Amino acid sequence: MQFSAYETGGFYDEMFEANGLPRPHAQLLLETIQSLSEGQLLRYKHAAERLLLQMGITFNVYGDSAGTERIFPFDLVPRIVPADEWDRIERGLKQRVHALNQFIDDIYHEQRILTDGIIPRDIITSAVSYRAQCQNLNPPWKVWCHITGTDLVRDRDGQYYVLEDNLRVPSGVSYVLENREVLKRIFPAVFEGLSVRPVTEYPSRLLEMLESVAPHSAGSPRVVLLTPGIYNSAYFEHSFLAQQMGVPVVEGRDLVVTGAGVFMRTTRGLKRVDVIYRRVDDDFLDPQAFRADSMLGVPGLMAAYRAGQVTLANAPGNGVADDKVIYAYVPDMIRYYEGAEPILPNVPTYLCWRDQDRKYVLENLDKLVVKAANESGGYGMLVGPHSTLAQREEFARKIQAEPRNYIAQPTLGLSRVPTIVDDHFEGRHVDLRPYVLCGRDIYVLPGGLTRVAMTRGSLVVNSSQGGGSKDTWVLAPAHAAAEGSQQQ
Amino acid sequence: MKTQAHKPLLSRVANAVYWMGRYIERAENVARFIDVNHNLMLDLPSGSPDQWQPIVDTTGDHAEFEKRYGAATQVNVVRFLAFDPQNPNSIYSCVLAARENARSVRETISSEMWQQINTLYLLIASAGAQTVPDSLPQFCHTVRMACHLFQGITEVTMSHNEAWHFSRLGTVLERADKTTRILDVKYFILLPAVSDVGTPYDDVQWSAVLKSVSGFEMYRQRYGRIVPERIVEFLLLDNEFARAVHRCIRLADTSLHTITGSPIGSFACAAEQRLGMLRSELDYAHVDDVLAGGLHEFFDTLQGKMNTIDECILGDFFAQTPTGASGD
Repeated sequence: MQFSAYETGGFYDEMFEANGLPRPHAQLLLETIQSLSEGQLLRYKHAAERLLLQMGITFNVYGDSAGTERIFPFDLVPRIVPADEWDRIERGLKQRVHALNQFIDDIYHEQRILTDGIIPRDIITSAVSYRAQCQNLNPPWKVWCHITGTDLVRDRDGQYYVLEDNLRVPSGVSYVLENREVLKRIFPAVFEGLSVRPVTEYPSRLLEMLESVAPHSAGSPRVVLLTPGIYNSAYFEHSFLAQQMGVPVVEGRDLVVTGAGVFMRTTRGLKRVDVIYRRVDDDFLDPQAFRADSMLGVPGLMAAYRAGQVTLANAPGNGVADDKVIYAYVPDMIRYYEGAEPILPNVPTYLCWRDQDRKYVLENLDKLVVKAANESGGYGMLVGPHSTLAQREEFARKIQAEPRNYIAQPTLGLSRVPTIVDDHFEGRHVDLRPYVLCGRDIYVLPGGLTRVAMTRGSLVVNSSQGGGSKDTWVLAPAHAAAEGSQQQ
Repeated sequence: MKTQAHKPLLSRVANAVYWMGRYIERAENVARFIDVNHNLMLDLPSGSPDQWQPIVDTTGDHAEFEKRYGAATQVNVVRFLAFDPQNPNSIYSCVLAARENARSVRETISSEMWQQINTLYLLIASAGAQTVPDSLPQFCHTVRMACHLFQGITEVTMSHNEAWHFSRLGTVLERADKTTRILDVKYFILLPAVSDVGTPYDDVQWSAVLKSVSGFEMYRQRYGRIVPERIVEFLLLDNEFARAVHRCIRLADTSLHTITGSPIGSFACAAEQRLGMLRSELDYAHVDDVLAGGLHEFFDTLQGKMNTIDECILGDFFAQTPTGASGD
């Protein structure tokens, strides 16, 4: 399969310059792919799909009575991030997560940022994801967002922007690890001659971080992963991460809260639990504190958390900063708490509760992307240029009815990466989700989930909307690469 | 020797690995029963009565079968025992259940185990679509080998920790159950009354009984000639043959004591007490006494005891309540 007929289509292409020449860091990869014999790449593709199915790396499709499990489409052509680009991303993410942590802690304590008039108070109190139950809570080391999966996108000019922070229960990191594993098994030659930074250390880092935020009283902390159960769409990831960390996966029914703390039901009676990496949404965590009809939760869990008997990661209530209206203020938060300019900019965002912004949005619906402040997964969204008049009218009504609940952003021409389509390559739009761990210090996994909109022209990369993924290569800096090869 | 601190095992996980072991063993047994019976039918003179009903009887689901299928023809029985999703003990249902259990404890078992059980599931799911396979012996063989492979992978890739012992406990209790059932049904057909012992017997049929439990060759090495009493002794009381009830119960006893940490010959819970009693009964049993008391009666009691043990395991390990709180 050759790239001779490949076109960048006026978008920023991760592999080719605008003039059609390969970017220097992609040169070797292109040569390796083009040197394969006819049909070999497609044979690899099928082998990879079989392997994914056999490994059971699947997600469950909701609303499908047969309990269908699908593999997450995986494209063999990797996405490369050169070392200097990564360096900036890493610094930008550390700065951002640090500021977000301070913001959330401030919101649930003194609210200085509101008193100082940086963010309007009613924006916070009207946020659906604000949890009054979390007021004055003190998670160990003041960490509220232990695991973050920030979504980055690039526009036509190649500039990286933060699209979303995903502070609540970000998923997808298991695909980062498994995509690499599959590519190494199926197509090892593609790595030759390149210094791709490994991603395998993530589970160890995750475990270290989780243990580091145990309640101060815990000597040798016991960490568990709380899952909604095997029918959750991310169950594969839950079991995978727990397996890689060597910690138990628990369901709500496995845990019990007594006055003394949180315990799990074992074959030898009840055993104390110190840190819960919870993959259950705030609303379902504890029927006594949040939604009373939750069958997934653990009654009394929030009381134990409040009493400092157990650490929850991520901390309940941190979703307040995931509200898309509050997201728009993150650059201001960075200036306020860090005293510095943001290294990674936000996507310019219009807030419909501001009269001027709303007027502009309503007049330009066909050019903008409109999003509900509290939806994710590609739901509750209008992509203006791809919309019908009826859809735009529907959103205009929604915006006027609930201006607080809507934001709009310019339609970005997301960057593209060559992707196998039938028997040739076509450019497909991608985003990038790196993973950030925050304990006593902040760590960014050198890699990330590159999600691909598999449909021609589509800008929606979410797996729930038919998106796929690619292995993401962060290259080691040139000097480090040379040292590495000498050691071998 | 360094003693290792026990990593606590969730009751739910213990329950799931126990059933994972049981279901894989059950699937393998059903596949073997079908295979051997199919083979036997080809050996019998044409016009002999169909021998498929007894196979249904060994599963204990004959009432359900009769209601839904009626006549015990090969097609009906194979459909019911291999592919029927409504029969909870069909190969299809067993593999599905084993996989669901494995899926719920993926972090506890090895990824090799998960991949093998998943491969088996994909095989069954695709075979199920065609309802009756092109080649029954080939299908049965593939299922059996896939189950054996899973058990082998479990043996060498998973630490022989508490969870592993629960898996083995489920496996060997299921194995004992199935050996008991096949022997009970076949013995009843071939030798309905105690007084029939010693009368001319059917070499082909008795060989099939042994093959049903993969025991023909091992029996030959142990006893040589085909003699029903020796077959009973071999399948019930042998301490070396893997599918002999005695052997299975001893392994179960060992696993249970490893789990609780109490020495063999003592007991710390109801399951351990019941299992220990059964084990010592089999340790000292003599085949002549068993036959004199009536084999079917013996099996009936045995089944009852094994059911009690299963219930005790549930109560002792899988159903933990806050009343058992410990500070640790």
